[in-house]
Amino acid sequence: MMTAIIQIVFYLLILLLLARPLGLMMARVYEGDPGWLRFLRPLEHLFYRLAGIAENQAMSWRQYTLALLLFNGGGLLLVYLLQQIQGWLPLNPQAVPSVEPALAFNTAASFVSNTDWQFYAGETTLSYLTQMMGLTVQNFLSAATGMAVLVALIRGFSRQHTTELGNFWIDITRTVLYILLPLAIILALFLVSQGVVQTVAAAETVPLLEPMTASDGTVIMSQTIARGPAASQIAIKQLGTNGGGFFNVNAAHPFENPTPLSNLLQMLAILLIPTALCFTFGQMIGDKRQGTTLLMVMLIIFVSFAAMTIYAEQQGNPRLDDMAVNQQVNDIQSGGNMEGKEVRFGLVSSALWAAATTAASNGSVNSMHDAYTPLGGLFPLLLMQLGEVIFGGVGSGLYGLIAFALVAVFVAGLMVGRTPEYLGKKIETFEMKMATVVILIPPLVVLLWTAIAVSSTAGLSGATNPGPHGFSQILYAFSSMGNNNGSAFAGLDGRHPFFTIGGALAMLIARYGLIVPVLAVAGSLAGKQKIPATAGTLPTDTPLFGGWLIIIILVVGALSFLPALVLGPIVEYLLL
Amino acid sequence: MVAMKKAGTPHSPKLAMYKRALGDAVLKLNPVHLVRNPVMFVVEVGSVLLTALLGLSLSGVSTATDTPGFTGAVAAWLWFTLLFANFAEALAEGRGKAQADALRRTRTETPAKKLAARNAAASYTVIASTELRKGDYVLVTANDTIPADGEVIEGIAAVDESAVTGESAPVIRESGGDRSAVTGGTRVISDWLIIAITSDPGEGFLDRMISLVEGAKRQKTPNEIALTILLAGFTIVFLVVVATLLPFSIYSVQLAGQGTPITLTILVALLICLIPTTIGGLLNAIGIAGMDRLIQRNVLAMSGRAVEAAGDVGVLLLDKTGTITLGNRQAVEFVPMAGMSRSELARLTQLASLADETPEGRSIVTLAQHQFGLEATQNDRDAAEFIPFTAQTRMSGLNLNGDTIRKGAPDTIMRYVSEQGGQVSKAMQLAVEQIARTGGTPLAVAYNGQAIGVVHLKDVIKSGIKDRFNQLRAMGIKTVMITGDNPLTATAIAAEAGVDDFLAEATPEAKLKLIRSYQAAGHLVAMTGDGTNDAPALAQADVAVAMNNGTQPAREAANMVDLDSDPTKLIEIVAIGKQLLMTRGALTTFSLANDIAKYFAIIPAAFATTYPVLAVLNFMHLTTPQSAIMSAVIFNALVIIALVPLALRGVPYRLVPAAQLLRDNLLLYGLGGLITPFIGIKVIDLILWALGLA
Repeated sequence: MMTAIIQIVFYLLILLLLARPLGLMMARVYEGDPGWLRFLRPLEHLFYRLAGIAENQAMSWRQYTLALLLFNGGGLLLVYLLQQIQGWLPLNPQAVPSVEPALAFNTAASFVSNTDWQFYAGETTLSYLTQMMGLTVQNFLSAATGMAVLVALIRGFSRQHTTELGNFWIDITRTVLYILLPLAIILALFLVSQGVVQTVAAAETVPLLEPMTASDGTVIMSQTIARGPAASQIAIKQLGTNGGGFFNVNAAHPFENPTPLSNLLQMLAILLIPTALCFTFGQMIGDKRQGTTLLMVMLIIFVSFAAMTIYAEQQGNPRLDDMAVNQQVNDIQSGGNMEGKEVRFGLVSSALWAAATTAASNGSVNSMHDAYTPLGGLFPLLLMQLGEVIFGGVGSGLYGLIAFALVAVFVAGLMVGRTPEYLGKKIETFEMKMATVVILIPPLVVLLWTAIAVSSTAGLSGATNPGPHGFSQILYAFSSMGNNNGSAFAGLDGRHPFFTIGGALAMLIARYGLIVPVLAVAGSLAGKQKIPATAGTLPTDTPLFGGWLIIIILVVGALSFLPALVLGPIVEYLLL
Repeated sequence: MVAMKKAGTPHSPKLAMYKRALGDAVLKLNPVHLVRNPVMFVVEVGSVLLTALLGLSLSGVSTATDTPGFTGAVAAWLWFTLLFANFAEALAEGRGKAQADALRRTRTETPAKKLAARNAAASYTVIASTELRKGDYVLVTANDTIPADGEVIEGIAAVDESAVTGESAPVIRESGGDRSAVTGGTRVISDWLIIAITSDPGEGFLDRMISLVEGAKRQKTPNEIALTILLAGFTIVFLVVVATLLPFSIYSVQLAGQGTPITLTILVALLICLIPTTIGGLLNAIGIAGMDRLIQRNVLAMSGRAVEAAGDVGVLLLDKTGTITLGNRQAVEFVPMAGMSRSELARLTQLASLADETPEGRSIVTLAQHQFGLEATQNDRDAAEFIPFTAQTRMSGLNLNGDTIRKGAPDTIMRYVSEQGGQVSKAMQLAVEQIARTGGTPLAVAYNGQAIGVVHLKDVIKSGIKDRFNQLRAMGIKTVMITGDNPLTATAIAAEAGVDDFLAEATPEAKLKLIRSYQAAGHLVAMTGDGTNDAPALAQADVAVAMNNGTQPAREAANMVDLDSDPTKLIEIVAIGKQLLMTRGALTTFSLANDIAKYFAIIPAAFATTYPVLAVLNFMHLTTPQSAIMSAVIFNALVIIALVPLALRGVPYRLVPAAQLLRDNLLLYGLGGLITPFIGIKVIDLILWALGLA
């Protein structure tokens, strides 16, 4: 119990200590001042010159959206084509063939949309070139896209009487050059120091110490150990809330996450930028308390859900208790439900990771969520279903939370006898329409896709478990895709086109179906007059408003998913 | 308002109003009407669906597992839900309709004397008022009803406007100036007027008023539309939640190997309980009732948008006279010059004011009486020769037993004293300046050609107005005093009244500029006005209240008209706007908070056969799955009726800061909305059980 508390507090403390200066630095970057990184300025200008971008050319929300969609659409096509022709391209020491089209489309959509859902095993499906030029590049760009949308929204609040939201190309260049690249380089070096592999050499074949006999009678004498340029991809996969592992078992793999220290660093990296962006937000709108309030909302939900996950896992499996198995914490074991968890991380670090990776729309795993107790699996599932706004994706989490804040302000604002306003901007019909779309799309995608899955043989072919857990598996998969998280409950067999193509569509809708209305809101807000705050204004930087926002998020999430959760994890728990 | 008061008082009309509302509630079931309200339209579709299902099940076509009795009961309560919501709306409209009927009775066709030319000597022909067109000239004489809205271009007359304002005292209407607008349907009591008609038949003020109080042309306001969108969003979510529950349930039955999938009846019941029917059903009633509350206070809002804007107002421009101060100045002090005692000055000034019937004059008599017990004798009165105030002399006073006493503005008196060969002392000038500096008006007094002292006349600030301004400030509303006074006087009065700012020597241009500057800073501005030169400022202001006795241009430029012509009402209008928005927010919160309890009632009941373990979620211990669902549906319908009074009356409104309002209302309507249905559903379940219906 005590160790769990110490671990959470220690983790949060370092997180906040790192996030604040980073957040303030990012605010400066978006205002055009890269600080000590200004020696990269010539490089930045060179990019603009090469691409023919006028630096002072601001964009309206429509232009910004168009640029974004073109850019991401191009990325999608590129990653898809790369997989189609990887067989003929260099940097393919394992000589993996080209990827099957439906799977390639799913993977391309998944990485472009910052979901990083993986229906493939990295080491056996993709060449090093595809991993580096396709996936790693999209890890950077999808993260930068989310951050650019957030920055455009912030400008919508901080500017008035204008149609200009900034320039997409400049925002994305600066994000990558001054924020993501430096952080990724630092983290990658740290990870390499802990033993994460970084090589373009082929997999190593080593003789087994003890030969083993396969079920068909053949004797296996050697083992192939996969390697590759992992550290460079893992750094950005965590920092950019991407989460797609280099290897199939993701951060449970000893070459991806070898030590408790690498585990801590990666866990910090998962929440670092989403946390820092709250400070960036406060700084850029010129009211730090507004940013801290949103951060507190995230922290409170995160900590309570993480605590409940840890508690549920620590209780262990009652069926094992019946068999007189000792599941208590003691000096030689961390106790609780250790199935699917790595002993080198222990229970708390695994469960805390599970909460962090689902709160943020990261999705990388260091333990198998499928093997969690029903309640231990329920909280990570619910964290995704809340719309990925508790930290969420880089940029996307905060703009999603702001959409919730608009709804919270709308209802509460009326209760103080004024038409609603947030951060000095009136929230009117158009904003409400767009905010409703932003909040509606994820639950609709999750519920509809799950419903189709459970009523079709194609969908049911994926579930590998009988009983309500089979339902939980399907619900988890679409909660993950429909919220751009990408974490898998494992256990789901996703080879059917319903999952590959259908899943890709879910991910794309959940990403761009939100980005477009958010940018539209940004455009509409930027044109509006800023209203000065008075005693009659609804204060949105108080614990009261923070509490109200938490209630709105939980109620919308609970009202949308309670019936489904009852039929999945809750009944699983009751039947256990 | 005479015409309006008739509508609400005795018991029988009230009963008639309920009857009429009941009838209207049924008429409003028309889907063409309901489709504008997405939430209630879904309820109607659900009701029709279940009624059809009942029909199928009774005729033996359907093989649904639910008994026809259960399906029928749910269907019946869904229809009740709809009727209750419609009833609330009809009731809100009913008040307005009754008033409109009363107004319509006054708008009978009247004969009009149409003049051939625009002068009184021209010949006229008598035609029906409905044949008058804009630009016609008519003559109205004593006892004529004014045939249409117009502008007086010649003459002066006393007009009885009680048909419009309810105020029985006649008002003066004359050509030129700010009292030239006349309203069709009002009656000339004395003298005559020549009127240029300004409205075509059916477009007059009375017609507009009728359609406003009737709510016939009521458009959804911007905030109402935004809220409707949010509610529609929730409705879509719940539609999908409920629709996907069927495949989830079928799949779960396969997995569990027992039970039956959720029935259509339960799905529809769940859907109707989850979608925000409480606020959806009462939304229109809240809007209509808000407008109606304004009408009860004799304010006509030309659009609902203006009422909402009133809630958002950040700056109130208030006319000093009548709003901040009582209309008249009052004497508060006698300041004698050397060689004159205070009581002697009081006595002489009282004498000079005996015949002065102005409020200022009377206040001097009262002050002298009050301070020194002075009472003029009948002898004095009989012997005195009173000198009335004239535009030429600009003084008044009296001659008594050879003595002359004069009072007037200081410069007039000083000029008079110099003409009489007297000297004006330095002390006199100092006293005059001193009074002016404190915001008072000095009145100089001369006795036998010598200046003997000054009377301090003071603007009297209305009692309680300072507290009111403090409260307004606490809720973030700035008050700005508008006055024609010089800056010196204005500063003193502004300080005493506790306004945040003032505009002295206000001209229409200065007012317009002030409004624009506040708006540029992001504030919404409210003001009142009556004169033609107020029209530009009224048009610029976000909430502009024209006095009904004002000119036609002022009334056209404003978005509200106060029939009582009371500038103080601006503060009440703001309160009504806020109350309207608060009621909407409170019921939305209540409605959403209700859903939690409904889930706990329906979900265990819906899956009772598939997963009996879910019974642990039924911690309300509702008797049977059927009674649980029925209780939730019945609660959902009854809560609408229970909240009708709140919707019509509006939530209580207090002048406190927003943070405090939010906390109180969240506790009351949020927490209350969470807890109430648990209790309500349990109670209904117990009743069903007691009646043997569970």
